[in-house]
Amino acid sequence: MNSPTFQEIILKLQTFWAAHNCVLQQPYDVEVGAGTMSPETFLRVLGSKPYRVAYLQPSRRPADGRYGENPNRLYKHTQLQVILKPPPENIQELYLESLVAIGIDLRRHDIKFEEDNWESPTLGAWGIGWQVMLDGLEITQFTYFQQCGGIDLDPISAELTYGLERLAAFLQDVDSIYDIVWARSADGCPVTYGDVRLQEEQQLSVYNFEAADVEKAWQHLQLYEAECKALIDHYGVEKKSKEQDPAAILRFPILGAFDLCLKCSHLFNILDARGAISVTERVGVIARIRALAVGVAKAYLDQQQLAARGLELQTELLNATLGVCDKFEIERE
Amino acid sequence: MPDLLLEIGCEEIPARMIDGARAELAKRVTDLLKRERLISSENENQVVTYSTPRRLAVLIHGVEARQSDVQEQILGPATRVAYKDGKPTAAAEAFARKAGVDVSQLQKTSTPKGEYLAAHVVRKGRAAAGVLAENLPQELNALYWAKNMYWRAAKPERFVRPVRCIVALLENEVLALEYAGVRAGNRSRGHRILADAEVTISSPASYCAQLEASKVIVDPADRERRIRKALDSATRTVPGARWREDPELLATVANLTEFPSAILGSFDRGFLTLPEEVLVTVMRDHQKYFAVEDASGKLAPHFLAVLNTDGDHDGLIRHGNERVLRARFNDAQFFWQTDQKIPLEQRVSMLEKVTFQKDLGSYLSKMERTAAVGASLCERLQKTNKKVDQAVVGAAVRLAKTDLTTELVKEFTELQGIIGGLYAKAQGLPQSVADAIYDQYRPESTEDEIPRSVEGSLVSVADKIDSIAGMFALGLQPSGSKDPFALRRQANGIVRILAEHKLPLRIGEIVDFALQQYRAAGGLRAKLRALDQAPTNLSDFFRERLDFYMREVRGFAYDVVNAVLAAGADDVVDAVARAEAVTSVRATDDFLAISTAFKRTKNILRQARESGKQWPSEFSTDALVEPAEQALGAKVSESRELVDSLRRSSRDQEALAHIASLRPIVDAFFDKVMVMVDDEKLRANRLALLGTMQRSFSTIADFSEIVVER
Repeated sequence: MNSPTFQEIILKLQTFWAAHNCVLQQPYDVEVGAGTMSPETFLRVLGSKPYRVAYLQPSRRPADGRYGENPNRLYKHTQLQVILKPPPENIQELYLESLVAIGIDLRRHDIKFEEDNWESPTLGAWGIGWQVMLDGLEITQFTYFQQCGGIDLDPISAELTYGLERLAAFLQDVDSIYDIVWARSADGCPVTYGDVRLQEEQQLSVYNFEAADVEKAWQHLQLYEAECKALIDHYGVEKKSKEQDPAAILRFPILGAFDLCLKCSHLFNILDARGAISVTERVGVIARIRALAVGVAKAYLDQQQLAARGLELQTELLNATLGVCDKFEIERE
Repeated sequence: MPDLLLEIGCEEIPARMIDGARAELAKRVTDLLKRERLISSENENQVVTYSTPRRLAVLIHGVEARQSDVQEQILGPATRVAYKDGKPTAAAEAFARKAGVDVSQLQKTSTPKGEYLAAHVVRKGRAAAGVLAENLPQELNALYWAKNMYWRAAKPERFVRPVRCIVALLENEVLALEYAGVRAGNRSRGHRILADAEVTISSPASYCAQLEASKVIVDPADRERRIRKALDSATRTVPGARWREDPELLATVANLTEFPSAILGSFDRGFLTLPEEVLVTVMRDHQKYFAVEDASGKLAPHFLAVLNTDGDHDGLIRHGNERVLRARFNDAQFFWQTDQKIPLEQRVSMLEKVTFQKDLGSYLSKMERTAAVGASLCERLQKTNKKVDQAVVGAAVRLAKTDLTTELVKEFTELQGIIGGLYAKAQGLPQSVADAIYDQYRPESTEDEIPRSVEGSLVSVADKIDSIAGMFALGLQPSGSKDPFALRRQANGIVRILAEHKLPLRIGEIVDFALQQYRAAGGLRAKLRALDQAPTNLSDFFRERLDFYMREVRGFAYDVVNAVLAAGADDVVDAVARAEAVTSVRATDDFLAISTAFKRTKNILRQARESGKQWPSEFSTDALVEPAEQALGAKVSESRELVDSLRRSSRDQEALAHIASLRPIVDAFFDKVMVMVDDEKLRANRLALLGTMQRSFSTIADFSEIVVER
């Protein structure tokens, strides 16, 4: 059987979703535990502006590392994330077509949509959906987002998260993730997932479980948290003091605050893997990170609404604020 | 008469919600038809309900095409304002116009508020199609879902999943209705993969067959039958094998499929060295596979998967499922081996990092509290005739929660406790300790077994009471339908264990052992804002649980339970024994008569108390004057000692028989003696006699609670 390589699966899925008008984004370059945490999902689902995006997201979960010894578990796995805002009526059919696109003959397999709702307390987010089962294997998490950053969504977004390692192992019929053929070299020899990633799994398991400096990780967490919090607070102040100057508010770096929030989340995960978070601290730290995520979401939404009002203004008052208008133009495309 | 078909098609409904929703939809539609006079109430056997993961449907045969006309009386203005000087006023004329009748046809009618004008009008029945189109959307909107969602912009409605298609036919007329932005039509949808997307339903009666032609079996019972057959025939390929009957799983897979079939897959025999509990959990709970056993009842290296398609023509699906199961079993085996590297004993300190409850701290501190409670329970039990090995209880409590730190339990949380027990055994701990750990969460339901040993029972009781007492101390006791920590279930478990292992432990002392630990917990105290009220609240709570157990689980009559618990609800074993004794004598004439006498006694004493009368706690024999009261006085003095000694040797039934034998003397007393006489001394002594009698003979049950049917 001529099964696709790991990278062919990625390429085919990206091609498929690009053909369905998704922006093809790149993986976010800050550590995240899931594709949902990328601003392309977490922030884009807020507000009323329609959006479609697909991107690959290597997702780091320090506690899930197994030193490369477990054939089914990874510290860092690869998700292909699709956001459709709002979801089209034929979204399930589209999704099934995407499976056909990577060479799955639906007629020869068993597909079920089984209830699986998703919730992330740290992100103040939850949704309703399914795990999609292919011959008994969960290949996709399908979620209709209802709330994000503590904010009710309208319109909602649909999130499709493909677990690529599982999908590839299934299509290639291999029992270990590390045996997945990632690519082929010039002479046709397979370059495996193990060739590409095993060392990283080993070393980062050692780092996360044994070597990460707990003291410093706590300090980093506090530093990032303080800066993120200061930015969020500052946004509130700016908004009040510069009410007459939307351009100043629109350039406020709330996206910078979100990066800092993601850093906190990752550091929390490392501390957790190191076993450094006591029971009494745990709930508190999660609440602190949630407060950052919710704060960023609120400020971001506020900024978006301001931008939308600015757009209306722009049509009324031609060329009034040139600098701001340029920015809008870019966003509209 | 036309048939009505309503099908609501939506994206995959969670399996666990389908049966309830199907029944509710049928009820709502039937009720609507009755309310609107479109169906007679005898017609209920004409209602057929259908469901698949992607649809709920109801078919009702023989619906009226039109509502019948109805005579209606409409009330108008009061007569006194309707006529002036015998002539109709403007108010009367306006009313007649509104009702559509001539003023001369208005009638007078008397109401509780006085005399009013009334018009009798005939309300013309409307066509069923219009009535249904108007009302069905509300019924759809009112369906209950355990968890629902919104999906359309501006969130106009919530439903379990997005609604994509509605079929609403009155015979072959499409009802003009719309719900969730979807207009009803006559086109349903066939199987996602096996059939064309749409199928036009020609009439309600052909719905079932037309969908079957489109590879959808809409009758869930039919799907279950087909699944059973498919499982049977797949299992037959392995000589001597049987699939394990599992009604719950069967219902689940029937609700996950529209066109079911089944495959038999196999796994490596080597995995059979893993505990059966683990293998079955993976297959059943994670993969929804049926387990297969060989002729001797032992797990065989096969499984059955139910598919939502018409078969596995080239073996690909079997191959895929086998691959998934292999990976899962490999994981389990890997976890099992990894977990053995750190024995349970070494995991005790790791419990510090595992949260029990955010305010109550870690499992390490829970274990410490539970250990103390367990020790107290052992000491208490050792003072009775029950044998218990305190060392076993201690060792089991110490290790009971350590499996929470293992990879296997992190993966299969539903196997907590069981894994601990299996590991304890594998690590060479005594069987008695391993069993006690294994059984610690039992019983998880009224059907579940209780821990096998007394030691296991004490581990379970100590663990549960620590959780219950802690939550009550935090003020987090269950209220109404809210019981997020399943405290009722846990308390039911304690009651059942005490009753069925016949443990002579008092609820009050068990509760107190647990609360002592919280009272002594330094740092925790500030959060335990309801600690002071906990003893009373817990006592009421356990009384309710005991009441539940005696009525619902043991089936005692409610008045017997009331009577028995009124006499004491602290000792579960004793309460059950008393209820048995009362039940065995309650039908006898003497007992019913004595119950009536006790009711009378209770009333006399209550009325005396309410009117401010006072009397001593003991009567004076010398002050009894009438022969009938002297006889009763003598009998009470003699019998109270006898009843006490019978009670002490647990001869409740004999004690009751003796109390019942007092009947002629008690009856004679009430016949001949007036209690509430004017002579204060005489009255006080008679009240004291009745009070003593009631107190002395109500230790088994408060007989006044027994309902005597006439």
